[in-house]
Amino acid sequence: MKQIAVISGKGGTGKTVVTGSFAALAKNKVMVDCDVDAADLHLLLHPEVKERHEFRSGQTAVIDKKLCKKCGKCASVCRFGAIKSDYTIERFSCEGCALCSHICPRGAIRMEENVAGEWFVSDTQYGPFVHAKLGIAEENSGKLVAKIRQIAKELAQKQNLEYVIIDGPPGIGCPVIASLSGVDCALVVTEPTLSGLHDAKRVMEVVTYFNIPIKLVVNKYDLNPLMTGKIEEFCRSLNVPVIGKIAFDKTVVKALVEGTTVIEYAECAASNEVKKIWEDLQ
Amino acid sequence: MIISVASGKGGTGKTTVAVNLALSLKNIQFIDCDVEEPNAHIFLKPRIAGEKKANIPVPEVDEAKCTYCGKCREVCAYHAIAVLPGSDGKKGSVLIFPHLCHGCGACSLLCPQGAIKEVNKEIGAIEIGEKGNMQFIHGRLNIGEAMSPPLIRQVKEYINSTRIVIIDAPPGTSCPVITAVKESDFCMLVTEPTPFGLNDLILAVEVLRKLQIPFGVVINRSDIGDGKVEDYCANEHIPVLMKIPFSREIAVSYSEGVPIVEKDASYQDKFINLYLNICGIKNEANSRH
Repeated sequence: MKQIAVISGKGGTGKTVVTGSFAALAKNKVMVDCDVDAADLHLLLHPEVKERHEFRSGQTAVIDKKLCKKCGKCASVCRFGAIKSDYTIERFSCEGCALCSHICPRGAIRMEENVAGEWFVSDTQYGPFVHAKLGIAEENSGKLVAKIRQIAKELAQKQNLEYVIIDGPPGIGCPVIASLSGVDCALVVTEPTLSGLHDAKRVMEVVTYFNIPIKLVVNKYDLNPLMTGKIEEFCRSLNVPVIGKIAFDKTVVKALVEGTTVIEYAECAASNEVKKIWEDLQ
Repeated sequence: MIISVASGKGGTGKTTVAVNLALSLKNIQFIDCDVEEPNAHIFLKPRIAGEKKANIPVPEVDEAKCTYCGKCREVCAYHAIAVLPGSDGKKGSVLIFPHLCHGCGACSLLCPQGAIKEVNKEIGAIEIGEKGNMQFIHGRLNIGEAMSPPLIRQVKEYINSTRIVIIDAPPGTSCPVITAVKESDFCMLVTEPTPFGLNDLILAVEVLRKLQIPFGVVINRSDIGDGKVEDYCANEHIPVLMKIPFSREIAVSYSEGVPIVEKDASYQDKFINLYLNICGIKNEANSRH
């Protein structure tokens, strides 16, 4: 079994379009959407949800108004500014450390477990799909990513699937690190812009930090061929293979609007290039 | 006034809108809170005058005082401490996992022996500079570091609300975004008219409604895609503050790090109008209260 994570650093470079195309091309795989706080892959795969599970993680402090004497001890130790002047909890600031509940002389603060989201195992016309929805304004996205990756891996082992294909989140922080841990290959999708290069460099440093092999794709490469050249040059200096250059093609947006992958929508320059990229990844 | 620029989906044009708005107004303080992937400096090219390391406090155990009682492990909500008790005359040990630590201070405050002190762990840096009379501040998270909210909070300590503060937020809907947009007077959500853009816009709208921050929408590449984002905004009574049509010229100048207003000066008026639009909505909201 091989696990491939598609990441980018910068958002909106085309991760999900590329991953969605792999769903149409790869056989014997499970798809995973690890961009749990702004998941989009389901819009291409049209899952039929088979299993739905609550994701419980973290806790939030609750002050019992009847017991509280407003002594201020809790507010004086809270480093997250989560205790408001009326001795209620600012839910979005509380990080669930529970220090207030330990320190309160009257035992007036209890911790409640958060339902931080949901995760799903689904069927799609492309095979099994594991995805999630982080609750609005919730935290612990990294843990939710780790959870659905574990489920996908178990599913792949049980069904003898060849690939786990992961649509990763943007950035370089906790959900990205959770998406990368233990994968066999990270495919970085970037665009020929200064921001794209800057962000790809940072995310590639993260991938290297975890000792994971990298391959790179430049999306919309013809929008700035000079910048594409700079990205290729940079990759050469790191011995990172550039395995594809996808042309800017309005067909891609049209396929998206129709809710389908570019592979199925039309034979075009972009779909042909993505086929080549998938062949290389195999 | 603090105006934040956010979006559920990445790559919709947050930084483009934030930067061009900043360049069209006076008395601006620009704060890039996308500390994982800060990009505004590419377009603003500020002169950086100083850098400050950003740290979080993590525990350090004085093994001479420690009795391996396990209290610290017990109170740590993040499983960042493991305690191996001693046995057969052998000393125990305490293992700290700094990457899991949120810096809450529970272990050091609650250790019955007073054996834990907090030491600084660097998680990133804050750079401070200027572009003309615009003040510029951004944070940069260290590679391999998982938690961006503590750095975002430290960046936001520089907010000077006597200026028009523009905050460039990270993408998504979870803790880094919340930390960045909290306490804003207004938030602009930048989206694109595609199913992905709409899906993530709806999530971002839910976040702002929960946080009770007034907001409006900017539609970027407004002529590529479909009309469903506009239909959604109309149904939800969300003001569409500005539409930026796709132009290959804008895309190319973006790729070179050139802001739209420097390429096409007519956009300056459009961004000033965007600001006036925001002020109008704020005033209307205030007069209703």
